[in-house]
Amino acid sequence: MAEISKKIDRITFGLLSPEDVKKLSYVKIVTPELYDKEGYPVDGGLMDTRMGVIDPGLTCRTCGEKLKECAGHFGYIDLARPIIHVKYVRVILDLLKSTCRECGRILLDDKEIAKHKTYLDSLDKRDVISRRRRTKLIKESLKNIRKCPHCKEKQYSVKIEKPTSFMENDKRLTPIDVKTRLDKIQNLDAELLGFNTEHAKPSSTIITLLFIPPVTMRPSITLESGERSEDDLTHKLGDIVRINQRLFENINAGAPEVIVEDLWDLLQYHITTYFDNTLTDVPPARHRSGQPLKTLTERIKSKEGRFRYNLAGKRVNFAARTVVSPDPEIEFNEVGIPKQVAMDLTVPERVTQWNIERLKKFVEKGPKTYPGSNYVLRPDGRKKKITDETKEQLLEELQPGYIVERHLMDGDIAIFNRQPSLHKMSIMGHRVRVIPGRSFRLNPAVCYPYNADFDGDEMNLHIPQTEEARAEAEVLMEVQTQLISPKHGLNVIGCMEDSVSGNYLLTREMNLSKEEAINLLMNIGVNDTSKFKKFKSQVTGREIFSILLPKDLNFITKNRDDEEVIIKDGELIQGTIDSDIIGEEGGTLIRKLHKDYGEDETLRILSIIFKLGIKALEINGFTTGINDTDLEEELVNRIKQVVNDTNKEVKNLITKYHNNELDAMPSKTIEETLELMILQLLNKVRNKVGELIAENASPNNPTIIMANSGAKGNILNLAMMSALVGQQALRGRRIEKGYEGRTLSLFKKGELSPKSKGFIESAFKEGLDPTEFFFGAMTGRDSLMDTALRTPKSGYLYRRLANALQDLKIEYDYTVRDANKMIIQFKYGEDGIDVAKSEKGTINIKGLIREVTGK
Amino acid sequence: MSEEYKDQLPLSIWEEAQKELKNNNLTKKQEKEFFDKLVETYKSSRITPGESIGVITAESFGEPGTQMTLNIFHFAGVAELNVTLGLPRLIEIFDARKEASTPSMEIYLDKEYNKDINAAKRIAALIKETKFWELAQEFSINIAKLQVEVILNKKNMRDLRITDQMLLKTLSESMKDTTVRQNKDDSIVLKPSKENTELKELYKLKEKAKETFIKGISGVTQVLPIKQNNEFVILTAGSNLKEVFKLKEVDKSRSTSNDIFEVLKALGIEAARQAIINEALKVIREQGLDVDIRHILFIADLMTASGTVKGITRSGITSDKESVLARASFETPIRHIIDASLLGEEDELTSVIENVIVNQPVPLGTGLPGLIARIKKPEAK
Repeated sequence: MAEISKKIDRITFGLLSPEDVKKLSYVKIVTPELYDKEGYPVDGGLMDTRMGVIDPGLTCRTCGEKLKECAGHFGYIDLARPIIHVKYVRVILDLLKSTCRECGRILLDDKEIAKHKTYLDSLDKRDVISRRRRTKLIKESLKNIRKCPHCKEKQYSVKIEKPTSFMENDKRLTPIDVKTRLDKIQNLDAELLGFNTEHAKPSSTIITLLFIPPVTMRPSITLESGERSEDDLTHKLGDIVRINQRLFENINAGAPEVIVEDLWDLLQYHITTYFDNTLTDVPPARHRSGQPLKTLTERIKSKEGRFRYNLAGKRVNFAARTVVSPDPEIEFNEVGIPKQVAMDLTVPERVTQWNIERLKKFVEKGPKTYPGSNYVLRPDGRKKKITDETKEQLLEELQPGYIVERHLMDGDIAIFNRQPSLHKMSIMGHRVRVIPGRSFRLNPAVCYPYNADFDGDEMNLHIPQTEEARAEAEVLMEVQTQLISPKHGLNVIGCMEDSVSGNYLLTREMNLSKEEAINLLMNIGVNDTSKFKKFKSQVTGREIFSILLPKDLNFITKNRDDEEVIIKDGELIQGTIDSDIIGEEGGTLIRKLHKDYGEDETLRILSIIFKLGIKALEINGFTTGINDTDLEEELVNRIKQVVNDTNKEVKNLITKYHNNELDAMPSKTIEETLELMILQLLNKVRNKVGELIAENASPNNPTIIMANSGAKGNILNLAMMSALVGQQALRGRRIEKGYEGRTLSLFKKGELSPKSKGFIESAFKEGLDPTEFFFGAMTGRDSLMDTALRTPKSGYLYRRLANALQDLKIEYDYTVRDANKMIIQFKYGEDGIDVAKSEKGTINIKGLIREVTGK
Repeated sequence: MSEEYKDQLPLSIWEEAQKELKNNNLTKKQEKEFFDKLVETYKSSRITPGESIGVITAESFGEPGTQMTLNIFHFAGVAELNVTLGLPRLIEIFDARKEASTPSMEIYLDKEYNKDINAAKRIAALIKETKFWELAQEFSINIAKLQVEVILNKKNMRDLRITDQMLLKTLSESMKDTTVRQNKDDSIVLKPSKENTELKELYKLKEKAKETFIKGISGVTQVLPIKQNNEFVILTAGSNLKEVFKLKEVDKSRSTSNDIFEVLKALGIEAARQAIINEALKVIREQGLDVDIRHILFIADLMTASGTVKGITRSGITSDKESVLARASFETPIRHIIDASLLGEEDELTSVIENVIVNQPVPLGTGLPGLIARIKKPEAK
């Protein structure tokens, strides 16, 4: 690994003066030709090998290095006439407006100059914001001065004629005129106008020598036909050189001024588009195919530009990506990696006298047998690929100090990630588990933090390559360190779906024979037989669950039914376990374990609880089907009664409305009042029906079990399947859109009945009629749109937040400061407590008192 | 004796502990044990120096943001007022937009008035901005007499407690070059004082008359007195906190607005900070999401740290960053580089993104501490 030998301390920005350009350049470009007849770069051409090389065979004539070693060198073009830099047009305009056209002094008297100067000198060097503000003020104050206070010369107004011309009293100022004026500006005056003359001179905004980027920055591609295709920048520069040559020739030949000026304007156009090809009032330069060229600013700008694509986000090696599939048999903090992937990703291990024998075995096996190795790194930094030919020799020379890149093996640390990486739990450390197959395996319990499912999701895997990185991944990123979210202090890892249902059934009512119970426990990896001694011939589910808990655990909590769950001395003596105890986000027991027994122990216990649930379901058998939604005839009638009653009530309301008997609510019209009242009535129906079903359903109905345990779904879902779907609402109202005065053409105009405004009386099981289906599709589409529009909006909010907050950190004195050490908070969150380390952001004082008093 | 622990604990925890101690009788020994444990717990749950808390806060809003609804309008509780909620409102708060999309106030009344619905209604009528059209049944142009005639809506006038005299007075004050008088049939006549007015001008006069401000507080378009916790509170659509505070019946210590800049103007920066916290919290709670209060405090503190309210936008917080590269890598990179070149700005690579750009460790978390080895000079022989 390359060590950081030099550290960049600071980067200074500035403008290159012509002298700087000459100093930094190695080549003067004089010819638009690129290659000679042999296809070799022409001297003084744009592909001159003194500016770096892009062909594997050539060496750079400046530094003597080959491709990849030589980063490239700059060149320059001597322009026949000065050219305005488009990006500095506004700056130049400000300068022209603010300085005297004759003597070049700033249009301020000496007293004012001194005043502003003392202020600017008093500012901190880094306080560019105040500096800019003052500069702006100075420029504003100069706007209406018509006479130079120094030489008393009359001043005229200067305007921009887009894109790059300046007009003074309808007379055009050529770049030469502009340059002579800017040259006259003294350093002191320039400072008041926002220039740091040490790094940027006003006249440097006019280009006389054009800086040419190295060849490596604009490599050409060789097409299949052997033809060379040049980079857009090279094309543009070729145009510039060509026109510049013609301008030179014409000037030297004494051509008429009109021709010279035309060529000059053309050169200005080419250089303008070289910098920015997306200006509104300049026609973009195009390829022969008509596609606009991508020039300098387009390379930098936007999401695909240099900044966001290459500088703020970087590509890495030792990464893999494939589909994920579930595997409840591996641990929470493991990831199953296909052998194929494990043989490509490697871990570098340094050879020492203690591990040389072990590492030799990897080298011996080579890259094709697992577990082998792919490369050997010599101490001089040379990398050797292990092949059948090199193997013998490498084995012989292997000695301490060499590094072997061996295949990934069980127990290595890997970093696993799923996009969108919205929170830090989207990227966690996992232990490698090499498995057959072609997909990554993931314990379903860690789906929640990643927000993953297995309908085709792909995830990324990275293998840290240094000791430092591995240590950080293990200590700071591994799954057990991320149990509690810093967002709200709740656990993001817990039991889900079947494992919740299983534990629920087990602790609710299950009774097993002693043999079954022991078999179940051995199945999930509890093999401490001493624990089974207390079992009688019949074992309750609670007893089995208790085996998993620590002996000294005392805990009282409540489950979803508000029933007290009591654990005393590691025995579950009362209550049914459900998702409020062991689930994601809710799991009170998980947080208790985390607080009292630490993260590793919590993960271990949680893992066996998870398995217990699944195995318990396997014994019991668990399925759900359409007949779970069958209702008894009596119940069906009662539900019908509820619906009919509501329909009647609504009808009454409508009649009242037609008879003008309705009183309007404050600041509402009568129509709005009616709508509100009807909607309230109809919304209640679904809940009422849900209650009816919940009261009458058998507690052994699998759908009810899933809903009650918090594993999946709720009573309303069941009601929608079995009884009725209910009112469809758009924007908090009944459905209104459609035809004039009605939702669909089969209704009467002005009809207000539930049915005509999106009330679905049918259930999914019996099927909807066409109008109902249509209304259902409307709300369904609306919610699809909502999701589609929300994702980019919230993504942008997140990007802005992350960008604004990224360098705020906790200092050693517990203050929160930004990168400039400005204090944002004196104590984080006013008490300095870490949400992820506390109990929902607080310290449980009552609990502590209870502990002390022993109550 | 617990005083000695006071400076080891944050005030809020210490105060809560004192309160709990009063409720429970602890022996001296137990009390000491309790405080020892408390301090230990506190120390172990303290945040770690170097934690990149900014990113954690950003994530704590970014992640739930994907779960919020986009539905702009919701009915806020009992009241029939429309209020922007969900993601659009959160964006509005963090952007620190000068114009809130649905400004609204919650006006509490002084003790003498807050029990009586009639008093509340009277004050509400005082607050509501009333324009002339709300008091009229019909505006018509009388072409023959070249004048505008208005038939009044007596019921509305009664509800809003406006008498004919009041109306006449305000109208003649605000309508220049127009004579205002009342006919015997109660209709109001507006006649331009200029002779031979053109019809077009008459039409303009009519439109102007409709929008003439009669009374109330400008900006408040809707008022709604409701009962909340045993007292009457006035909810409004539209906000003008400064003017409302001029009314003597209003309880200035509790009344508030959801427009952060209004609060800033009327009550100052600390109140604006609290307003940001309250408003953000309202959105989060209403959406049934769970975000710790610390994250909200953090953003509010950051937005108000400079003394004014700054939004989390490229023209707000981000523009205040010292680092050129940090600003350039967010939005509009070219502009930032051009500006930096003139001032010869220096980027000292103190924040995260610049160090990512130049491939160096970032000064956060494990990148923060540096090791310095003191190498012993070999002893001179």
